[in-house]
Amino acid sequence: MLDKALKGSRGYWGWLFFLTGIMGAGFLAYLYQFQNGLGVTGLSRDVSWGLYIGQFTFLVGVAASAVMLVIPYYLHDYKKFGKIVILGEFLAISAVTMCILFIFVDMGQPMRIMNVVLHPTLNSVMFWDSVVLSGYLFLNLVIGWVTLESDSKGIKPPQWIKPFIYLSVPWAVSIHTVTAFLYAGIPGRHFWLSAIMAARFLASAFAGGPALLIILALLVRKLTKFDPGKEAIQTLGKIVTYAMFANVFFLGLEFFTAFYSGIPAHQHSFQYLYAGIDGHNNLVPLMWTSSILAVIALFLLIFPSFRKKEGVLAFACVSLFISLWIDKGFGLIIGGFVPNMFERVTEYWPTIPETIITLAVWAAGFFILTVLYKIAVTVREETAGIEIEH
Amino acid sequence: MSMNRREFIKLAGISTLVGVGGVSVFNKLQQNALEASEFTAGTEALNAKQWAMVIDMSKFKTPEDYKRCMDACHSTHNVPDFSNPKDEIKWIWPETFEHAFPGQEHKYMNEETKEKSFLLLCNHCANPACVRVCPTKATFKRKDGVVMQDMHRCIGCRFCMAACPFGARSFNYRSSRGKDANGQPLIKEENTAYPTRMIGVVEKCTFCTERLAVGKLPKCVEVSDEFSKGALVFGDLADANSEVRKIINTKYTIRRKPELGTEPSVFYVIGGNDYAIVPELL
Amino acid sequence: MYDSGKIIVGLIIFIALVTFPFYNNIGKVNAKPELKIDTPEIQKLPELERKCVEPKDFMRGGHMQLLNDWRDSVVRNGNRVYKNSANKDFNMSLQNECMRCHSNKKDFCDKCHNYMAVKPYCWDCHIAPKEKKP
Repeated sequence: MLDKALKGSRGYWGWLFFLTGIMGAGFLAYLYQFQNGLGVTGLSRDVSWGLYIGQFTFLVGVAASAVMLVIPYYLHDYKKFGKIVILGEFLAISAVTMCILFIFVDMGQPMRIMNVVLHPTLNSVMFWDSVVLSGYLFLNLVIGWVTLESDSKGIKPPQWIKPFIYLSVPWAVSIHTVTAFLYAGIPGRHFWLSAIMAARFLASAFAGGPALLIILALLVRKLTKFDPGKEAIQTLGKIVTYAMFANVFFLGLEFFTAFYSGIPAHQHSFQYLYAGIDGHNNLVPLMWTSSILAVIALFLLIFPSFRKKEGVLAFACVSLFISLWIDKGFGLIIGGFVPNMFERVTEYWPTIPETIITLAVWAAGFFILTVLYKIAVTVREETAGIEIEH
Repeated sequence: MSMNRREFIKLAGISTLVGVGGVSVFNKLQQNALEASEFTAGTEALNAKQWAMVIDMSKFKTPEDYKRCMDACHSTHNVPDFSNPKDEIKWIWPETFEHAFPGQEHKYMNEETKEKSFLLLCNHCANPACVRVCPTKATFKRKDGVVMQDMHRCIGCRFCMAACPFGARSFNYRSSRGKDANGQPLIKEENTAYPTRMIGVVEKCTFCTERLAVGKLPKCVEVSDEFSKGALVFGDLADANSEVRKIINTKYTIRRKPELGTEPSVFYVIGGNDYAIVPELL
Repeated sequence: MYDSGKIIVGLIIFIALVTFPFYNNIGKVNAKPELKIDTPEIQKLPELERKCVEPKDFMRGGHMQLLNDWRDSVVRNGNRVYKNSANKDFNMSLQNECMRCHSNKKDFCDKCHNYMAVKPYCWDCHIAPKEKKP
């Protein structure tokens, strides 16, 4: 089926070349970082995780969101999702690949990555994160490929794929729970030490991922002859609404615990992010932007009269995605490191090489997404009219 | 012979697996394995179940006195001086009370304690969070209680730095073998008996395991013994007769963030004899 | 054959690239490396004691395995004394024991490593002894 990605319009090839250009620039920037060390980023002794790990955390959520299509279709026979589950699975593949790339560019000694496999450490959450993410990538590759190939032949997928599909449901939940455990099990950082960290992660994942899927589905309808379906998109919109509401509610819960309990250590990170401490406030505008965009998105999503208009829905999804990207892909990570373990403030901002590398990883992810979607869309176009049965 | 593509790929794949697998098994059988009984500890090596330290800052009369300990540690272990807090690497350093023991300070503290500097270092916790999170066991707890760092295995993921509640760890963001902005070498005078570190690994105080192995006390303790005796006391927490046990049994000592359950092994004597609340045991 | 022009040109370019290391080195003199073990520290030892940690034949191929075992023993197990096959004790340290005798890295370690295009990264951390002026 890969050959379906080799035939495309000028726009298609132009887009792929554009992404390759960004990946090339990122590769050069990475060589610079590899030669000189991670000191070329904005990281410091106090803020030892930054943009790379933030993006990794956010993208694990996007990857997990494929389950929001799998559950209604495979567990509850919601036939309207039949044609677009593959879009969720392929998005998951692209997102997990980006996660792996972000981990790789963040490591101080990437050549030693095999040490995680050679010396498995069962008490380390990071070890388990690598296990579940690799497993999830494998699951989505197998499931996506087998089901799509069967669709392209106009037959039902083989029965042996069913256990894999059912496994992918708890597995998707597990990848984001384990990633949340990276933060929620750290004893010294009160901003992260919350029992609902995994719940927050899952809520924001199930809001942000499907929101991106809606945008991608609308793009697919615009650019190709495959229509994902108005009702499918509306159902995704309802899922995004409920998940976003839960996400915002959970954030409110965190604020309450921090400020009503009055415990200084619990409040300091929130103070830094939303108000600044002692004049250190370089993240304040960003965090308020995230909050305002979240409120706008939720307002537009809650009222059906707005949500039913696809243009408004698209705008709400973009607003939501950016809001969550700032909150989870940046604010959450930096907030854990500021103030530091001595109650001092060291600020963080990414450098230019760091930004170029980050953009290049996103470009690589979009490259994979484009190629995979081209294959999926071509199959759907070629089999239009044939009833999908899984 | 006609064979379709699928069969060809299956045959090629299986042949490769058998070939590679067979060759590596053959090689493994050929290797001369060295026996474990050939590796022993030296006869002068110091042993303990849980090395610990008691720090009494009142025994340092001037800042120069504890600076001497810091400089001795850093120069012995080739710790570079980057002269900027972003890339900074430090194994032992001073902080004032509110930064050493955050949350314990209050408005009405006496000025002397408020302004006093406390030496901070890795606490070599009995229940270390950093060891719990390391995915490769590059940081691990030795039998003698030292939380050790294996620079050869560290992949530079910095999970330990996030997990340490005490900010004891530093990362090699840049090469330590270069020169600073003024053309001065980052390591002023290399100690050729100890290695430097490459970029991309985490480092911290190791209670001088290379010195314990030859019967010597940690460098900071040796230097403080020379100029400010009793400021840094080193010993085995599990040995009821050790000096560290005697001190923490008789004087009031605090540890950093004990409520987190990591069980730090570095104790600080707070205040002078006026504040000792436990009578001397005979 | 379809596209035979493109395929044959491609094959020729491929073969040219793959055989480059061979024809590029024709005529170049590549003598076997001669390792020098006449460092002042070794000269100081009496003739009978000029024996390395393990026999030369083992060390030639197995010194990396030995160093890895030493590394794990010292760093991970805290054991620094090695009894070799001749029952002699050595301090397990690249910097302080191996290089104590073989203080001429350029004429000893580097000669073979360069010949074999091997780049061990030990020296990124471990301090090599200063090259002595001849």
